Amino acid sequence: MPSKTSLRLKQNKESGKGSLIGYFPAGYPSLDESVEAAIAMCQNGVDVLELGVPYSDPVMDGLVIQEATNQALTSGFRLSQTFEAVAKITAAVDTPVLVMTYWNPVLSYGVEKFAKDLKAAGGAGLITPDLIPDEASDWLKVSDELDLDRVFLAAPTSSPERVKNACDLSRGFVYAVSTMGITGARDTVDNLAKQVVSAIRTASPTQNTAVGIGISTADQVVEVNTYADGAIVGSAFVKAYQAGGLDALTKKVQEVSAGLRK
Amino acid sequence: MSNLRSQEGPYFGEFGGRFVPESLIAALDELEATYNAAKADPTFAHELSELHRTYTGRPSIVTEAKRFAEHAGDVRIFLKREDLNHTGSHKINNVLGQALLAKRMGKTRIIAETGAGQHGVASATAAALFGLECVVYMGEVDTQRQALNVARMELLGARVVPVTTGSRTLKDAINEALRDWVANVDSTHYLLGTVAGPHPFPTMVRDFHSVIGIEARQQMLNEFGFLPTALAACVGGGSNAIGLFHAFLDDEEVRIFGFEAAGEGMDTDKHAATLNYGRPGVLHGAKSYMLQDADGQTSESHSISAGLDYPGVGPEHAWLKDLGRAQYMGISDAEAMSALRLLSRTEGIIPAIETAHALAGALKLGKILSAGSSILVNLSGRGDKDMETAAKYFGLLDSDGQKGSNNAK
Repeated sequence: MPSKTSLRLKQNKESGKGSLIGYFPAGYPSLDESVEAAIAMCQNGVDVLELGVPYSDPVMDGLVIQEATNQALTSGFRLSQTFEAVAKITAAVDTPVLVMTYWNPVLSYGVEKFAKDLKAAGGAGLITPDLIPDEASDWLKVSDELDLDRVFLAAPTSSPERVKNACDLSRGFVYAVSTMGITGARDTVDNLAKQVVSAIRTASPTQNTAVGIGISTADQVVEVNTYADGAIVGSAFVKAYQAGGLDALTKKVQEVSAGLRK
Repeated sequence: MSNLRSQEGPYFGEFGGRFVPESLIAALDELEATYNAAKADPTFAHELSELHRTYTGRPSIVTEAKRFAEHAGDVRIFLKREDLNHTGSHKINNVLGQALLAKRMGKTRIIAETGAGQHGVASATAAALFGLECVVYMGEVDTQRQALNVARMELLGARVVPVTTGSRTLKDAINEALRDWVANVDSTHYLLGTVAGPHPFPTMVRDFHSVIGIEARQQMLNEFGFLPTALAACVGGGSNAIGLFHAFLDDEEVRIFGFEAAGEGMDTDKHAATLNYGRPGVLHGAKSYMLQDADGQTSESHSISAGLDYPGVGPEHAWLKDLGRAQYMGISDAEAMSALRLLSRTEGIIPAIETAHALAGALKLGKILSAGSSILVNLSGRGDKDMETAAKYFGLLDSDGQKGSNNAK
């Protein structure tokens, strides 16, 4: 069965619209509010949702996401609530929901059980920031069995062989890391992003790729979509929510996606 | 089990690996290639051993602790004196090795994490010696309980960054160092201070510390004519312990004991006894035992010793535990502090609080091992940095730092 995420990205690319992938952490500031926020994002311009699992040691995340996920944990977020959130979001909207999680929570829960519960909740698959394909044999197997998306990362420092491997083993899209650094808004999208996308295109003409890290404005989203299949925005949405709750988040999503709907 | 010494990463049994963001893989590959090339290059070994001879002060001596041993029953206790190394602990062994590699890779900046400050001080020292920029990440809590070491690092020209995220201790300092490394990997080498982290760190750091056991094994044979019945070392991340253990892994008659921080006690949840109370998981780039809750969130560890206050442990220790080659036990804050005072008063050697866990362990082993046994303890560090903690603990200072009168504790 073709990946729903992949179909969505390809349709949007062919129609000349491009895609916005939006991140929001589950359980922030509470489970219900995070579900409400995620649904609002999907209804206001986000084409693929990236639902983050709060984790105690998020080494790829900058301060904005660290603070939000830490708050979720402090307020008592439990891992199993991830599936509850996915189920509620997918019941309300047709947007593919990818879960972004560091690997230890999945390992602790049991890779197969996590995958099955995610599937049962209607989730599309996983984005795994600290799991490289080399260490992913269990996840490769179970995601094949269950037809789940698996998004691996390609970085500016990745060798052509590693980029090829990420392309071959990813389903949905390959996450092109735009810059050497952690999540958080930056004034400009690094030129390295184009190089990473180009390396991905060279390795696989058919694989999708979305660019993430440092993207926060409508102009950046439009620009990234001129060469990639999607732009990933995270910290900017979390920051908007921190500043002004659901209304501010909704406005920010509308604003950031505006260029894609013209 | 006669060939344990030859085990190399990336995996030690099911443990180890490289669970890091893709962005860091190229740097790990470069480090591994540089290290392998250096290992095959006699000039590297010569350069490092000359540094150890003329700068570190190696070989470190072995001291028999006769008066201390009287408190352990009918056993002899020997101390491998890593406290006498330049900078006051074993940490310099690894730091000089990695600093040489950083130079070979053309890196101009090193970053390091530190708990107690020993590794930070050693890193700052190597940076000064080699003319490298140095940034040390240290949990805010630890900058307070190890203020003297912060001053030492700054005097050596390093910048110390207090880490205010998470539990504000060693684990969070490692997170911050990893974030820095991802962003600055072109110019920067992450000089990881223990045998944890992604491959090749556990193997490489072990190799740099293995000089401890290689020397000690030869010294026992040459000076005393026998190998010890048992080895004792404290285990946080596990660097000094693996450094002592490694040379003896294939000596089946030598029993191996690691001592973890039991904090306020093994019957409380305030401890750092990862191998005793943790379960396998992934933390800081490697699969190993770790303290975690039911959801795989890292639990906070507790220990009076900043250097042992870490919820993870090196993958080779996890492997040795599961193989049954090494045994790991817990030592409480109180037991460690009591051993610290005992060594000070019986031998005139003030050990680091980390090291005091190994000494308390040796006292315990004295009751377990048969009469006439001998125990080789890795005296991994000296206690100068811990004087404030110790003085407060024993009531030698009032809380405002003035001399007190109560030493009854």
